[in-house]
Amino acid sequence: MSLRIVVCVKYVPDATGDRRFADDHTTDREGVDGLLSELDEYGVEQALRIAEANDGAEVTVLTVGPDDAKDALRKALSMGADKAVHVNDDDIHGSDVLATSAILAKALEKTGFDLVIGGMASTDGTMGVLPALLAERLGVPQVTLLSEVSVEGGVVKGRRDGDAATELVEAPLPAVVSVTDQSGEARYPSFKGIMAAKKKPVQSLDLDDLGIEADEVGLAGSWTAVDSVAARPARTAGTVVKDEGEGGKQLAAFLADQKFI
Amino acid sequence: MAEILVLVDHAEGAVRKPALELLTLARRIGEPSAVVLGAGAAAADIAAKAAEFGAAKVYVADGAEFADQLVVPKVDALTQIAKANDVAGVLVTSSGEGKEVAARVALRLGSGIITDAVDVRAGDQGPVATQSVFAASYTVESRVSNGVPVITVKPNAVAPEAAPAAGAVENVSVEFTGNAARVTSRTPRVSTGRPELTEAAIVVSGGRGVGAAEGFGVVEELADALEAAVGASRAAVDAGWYPHSSQVGQTGKQVSPQLYVANGISGAIQHRAGMQTSKTIVAVNKDPEAPIFELADYGVVGDLFEVLPQLTAEVKARKG
Ligand SMILES: Cc1cc2nc3c(=O)[nH]c(=O)nc-3n(C[C@H](O)[C@H](O)[C@H](O)COP(=O)(O)OP(=O)(O)OC[C@H]3O[C@@H](n4cnc5c(N)ncnc54)[C@H](O)[C@@H]3O)c2cc1C
Ligand SMILES: Cc1cc2nc3c(=O)[nH]c(=O)nc-3n(C[C@H](O)[C@H](O)[C@H](O)COP(=O)(O)OP(=O)(O)OC[C@H]3O[C@@H](n4cnc5c(N)ncnc54)[C@H](O)[C@@H]3O)c2cc1C
Repeated sequence: MSLRIVVCVKYVPDATGDRRFADDHTTDREGVDGLLSELDEYGVEQALRIAEANDGAEVTVLTVGPDDAKDALRKALSMGADKAVHVNDDDIHGSDVLATSAILAKALEKTGFDLVIGGMASTDGTMGVLPALLAERLGVPQVTLLSEVSVEGGVVKGRRDGDAATELVEAPLPAVVSVTDQSGEARYPSFKGIMAAKKKPVQSLDLDDLGIEADEVGLAGSWTAVDSVAARPARTAGTVVKDEGEGGKQLAAFLADQKFI
Repeated sequence: MAEILVLVDHAEGAVRKPALELLTLARRIGEPSAVVLGAGAAAADIAAKAAEFGAAKVYVADGAEFADQLVVPKVDALTQIAKANDVAGVLVTSSGEGKEVAARVALRLGSGIITDAVDVRAGDQGPVATQSVFAASYTVESRVSNGVPVITVKPNAVAPEAAPAAGAVENVSVEFTGNAARVTSRTPRVSTGRPELTEAAIVVSGGRGVGAAEGFGVVEELADALEAAVGASRAAVDAGWYPHSSQVGQTGKQVSPQLYVANGISGAIQHRAGMQTSKTIVAVNKDPEAPIFELADYGVVGDLFEVLPQLTAEVKARKG
């Protein structure tokens, strides 16, 4: 049986660079360096491992994002994914999470899927809710925030480490899964993988292709509004002392002064 | 007055502190109603506690589904209660599960959602949420512009304040929609006896500089002297020295205590994302160039195995 795995990946501004907002209060994705969200590498990795364990499985990577988001797709293809789908349309700019999930759900219906895999959260929006929303929209079980995942006999199983308990969870396919950074180290693309990725198919879709009206998404179609953004005043460095035998006592004096002891 | 639903997070029969914070915040934007799901026999006690913190009504629903199925039963319950009572807002704690529940509720209600608020206040066009984003380097004010605002709030956003209210219990029978993953086993996390990481007033953390699992001894001793929770950097967790449930940072817990003590932690952006909003930050690191010193209110350049035991002894002496 063939297993159609689709991994949702996001192209995000580099967290170690200068992240900022554009004048319309949306994330500046043009003027900054971007990359495949590091947490989505874990999704790609688990997709590849599941594909290796299931004969005839095929891994597609899917992104909604601007032109440069193709870099994120290339990275995933060079890791070993088979093909890519890029949803790109100027009208998507400024979409909130509900609008983004609507676009991804339509794209998933178009590509077809048995298993959808996402990351635990993006490294820019960090909401951690998109996979749950996809499950709701697609009407399939959500099996999310897994630190361990496997697929066998049409059932996906995994371990979910919650705040209060560790749960073992399972659901029949089709299903939506998300994986954490505890699920297993992501592989580095090999040179061969990088070369092969250049020839792998990348399908481009716009809103028309998905039957979505422009005003259903983007800033106009979003149900949240950002009123203001302000750079937080950088924390200023305080006193730094060098330990010359009294460092612990000096620190205790500071803590006492601040009423912590 | 506008009815605000508060999903009450509980564990082992007791209300968790963030739920009391939500009730406190809800009073700023309307009249809180608590929602207590799958609490079994503990529901009455939980309802009483919610009433003490301002819940005028308490909706109680029970059923095996809440334990046996992932996320969806809570979504069913919250959505049905919200629709039946024409509520003006929904507040949920920003945990992994809380955010997932909230997002699906928002979608079913045709409402926008804001996650990870660190503050909520009343505004002219409905509740205004403050978010601290991009590793806490920006502060954003946002609001839900369509439907019933659904907002998830991080722990420690506000100090819980009691405000006794009626707490009239209303039992609700939920129509479960199914289509959920099955929970086949659940192992409760063993308590360390220390305060919860996200709820603690003081957090003492160790990083790669701690050197080994045994090295955490000096970190734990300081934590216990200060009655603090223990945290760890990802480097320390990945090395297997401390459990992942104690990881602080972007992919661990985000903490906002009164005091954060970073030991042998360099201060990478992903670690800062989890602790930068702490009131006071203190660091011990042997490298004077470590970036953690850029945000520390007080720093000691030195070996943590020298500094921490001396500090612990001094804390104990001063506390008597
Ligand atoms: C700082 C910040 C705060 C925000 N706050 C809010 C808010 O409170 N409410 C709101 O509605 N919107 C918010 N947004 C917008 C929201 O981040 C985007 O709409 C985004 O597309 C989805 O949310 P996320 O990145 O947080 O995804 P998450 O839910 O964190 O993503 C989880 C997984 O979903 C998949 N995924 C996410 N985005 C894509 C994509 N574009 N293409 C393919 N797969 C994807 C990935 O597998 C990812 O690992 C915020 C954005 C920023 C930058
Ligand atoms: C997507 C992503 C998510 C991530 N999420 C997280 C996260 O949630 N949390 C997190 O912490 N990291 C996270 N990281 C990892 C992060 O980038 C850093 O690698 C990590 O925080 C480093 O941990 P550290 O400071 O303990 O180790 P290091 O950076 O190695 O620092 C160790 C420090 O200890 C000092 N030291 C050594 N010996 C001593 C001594 N005897 N006494 C005093 N000081 C000493 C050294 O001078 C050094 O500054 C993430 C990374 C990515 C890419």
